[in-house]
Amino acid sequence: MTALAVKGFQAGYDPDLPIVKGVSFAVKKGEAVTVLGPNGAGKSTLIKAIAGQVACLGGQVTLGGDDITGVPSYALAKRGLGFVPQTENIFAQLTIRENLQIASELVEKRRRAGQIDKMFDMFPDLKLRPNDLAGTLSGGQRQMLAAARALLTDPPVLMLDEPSAGLSPKLVGQVFETLARVHAAGVTLILVEQNVRAALGLASRALVLVDGELAHDGPTDALQDSTTLGRLFLGNRTREVAR
Amino acid sequence: MSPQVLIDGLIAGATIGLGAIGLTLTYSILRFANFTHGDFLAWGAYLTLTVSGFLGGLLAGLGIGEPIGPFSFGWGLPLSLLAGAGLTIVLTLILDKILFGQLRRRGADTIIIVMASFGASMALRSVLEFIYTANPQYLTRELQIAQPVGFGMRATPDQLLTIAVTALLVLALHLVVTRSSTGRSMRAVSENPSLAGVYGIDVQRVIRVTWVIGAGLACVAGVMSGLLVQIRPYMGFDLLLPLFAAAILGGVGSIPGALLGGLIIGLAEAFTVQIVGAEWRAGVAFVVLVLVLIIRPTGLFGRTV
Repeated sequence: MTALAVKGFQAGYDPDLPIVKGVSFAVKKGEAVTVLGPNGAGKSTLIKAIAGQVACLGGQVTLGGDDITGVPSYALAKRGLGFVPQTENIFAQLTIRENLQIASELVEKRRRAGQIDKMFDMFPDLKLRPNDLAGTLSGGQRQMLAAARALLTDPPVLMLDEPSAGLSPKLVGQVFETLARVHAAGVTLILVEQNVRAALGLASRALVLVDGELAHDGPTDALQDSTTLGRLFLGNRTREVAR
Repeated sequence: MSPQVLIDGLIAGATIGLGAIGLTLTYSILRFANFTHGDFLAWGAYLTLTVSGFLGGLLAGLGIGEPIGPFSFGWGLPLSLLAGAGLTIVLTLILDKILFGQLRRRGADTIIIVMASFGASMALRSVLEFIYTANPQYLTRELQIAQPVGFGMRATPDQLLTIAVTALLVLALHLVVTRSSTGRSMRAVSENPSLAGVYGIDVQRVIRVTWVIGAGLACVAGVMSGLLVQIRPYMGFDLLLPLFAAAILGGVGSIPGALLGGLIIGLAEAFTVQIVGAEWRAGVAFVVLVLVLIIRPTGLFGRTV
């Protein structure tokens, strides 16, 4: 069953200059897909546009078969499309608990406290000082809070924009371990990532975006060979550089 | 120096503080300096006066038009205030729908929205003057004698009521903003509107709530000012500089800060009148504003930037 599909999708900040140019793909329920590509390929724009943060300039997006093209981000969150932006993904001026409380308002009233406790159990670091301002958290803890916020509503589909950005290798490992647990629980994951090795370790399928177009769509096994990745990222120049 | 200056400053500061709270809320959530806020005060006072005109006669006919206890007004005024606040809220929501909301949707720069608010402010003031003329109007014509309140100070019951109403409203608003889910959403939108959407917050709803609170408080501040002095089409415009000075002094986005800023401006004005002379009163807010911008631009309780 298809969890999320985009068809002929175009997105960007200027209607005359689309950054994402006619991308089509479908993600099956329970699948973990990573979106890779060189800097400026349009990976973040693609995921932000699906999440309603950047204007959709053409094409269609469906979530569980329902057309969600152009639906504002707050309504998408209510429909079960979780999104974790790359930066500024928590409210630093609100406490850790308040960050989770805001997210909990998308679930039924009687389940809210239980869902917050569930996230504290999943991310014990956040439980240590729940009434501290979220701005006092370290980089890794902030990513944990951002993930906890998104997972609190039990979204069927979770999209993350570079969750490893700015983190130490140890913290990257922790974040990806958490994501693996989340995926194992049945959540469909779409992951934009610069850390190719970590992303390929988690996802079973990779989409490679080059200059706003889909250059590759297939199993991650096929991309474990760095030459193949280099060719996709850089075109024929890889071979020239190797010589 | 007479201690009376303290109570005079507190009374003026209460009105300024209440108006500044609405201003600071719209500034922090809508992210522009709203020049129409002063005119919402004036419109609130005039709309309350209009409703009071209808209601006063009706209540007098029912035999309940007499002043309440020691105050100068009867039940007609509080009831009219509720209706006036409702009408002021409708006015602000219409203005947002036809002007500010349109500009937001088009992604207009902040300076464009500020200029639009400046133009709307002039239009609102002119319409007010056209309908009600420039002649001052009064919410009550009862005379009140100031009573001793201790430490050599005197105040009328109406004046003491304005301080009490301000304190109650600020406390209630502070609780709403810090303890309720609406307040959390408002603080979230104030910090990052784009992320608020990702969290599932309907930012447009939060903006409407902000207008409702701001307009309601503006109406109360306008009526308080009108009750103690008089109502004029330019009353809001004259208060604009003290309102901005109080909001910036308190720290943009801070409700207790706006009230404290208002009280400081009110006290500074009262002291200036007594020490330097009444002709310097209007310049006090400007001096405070400049000093704050030079010494501590984030204000007393503002966020560090």
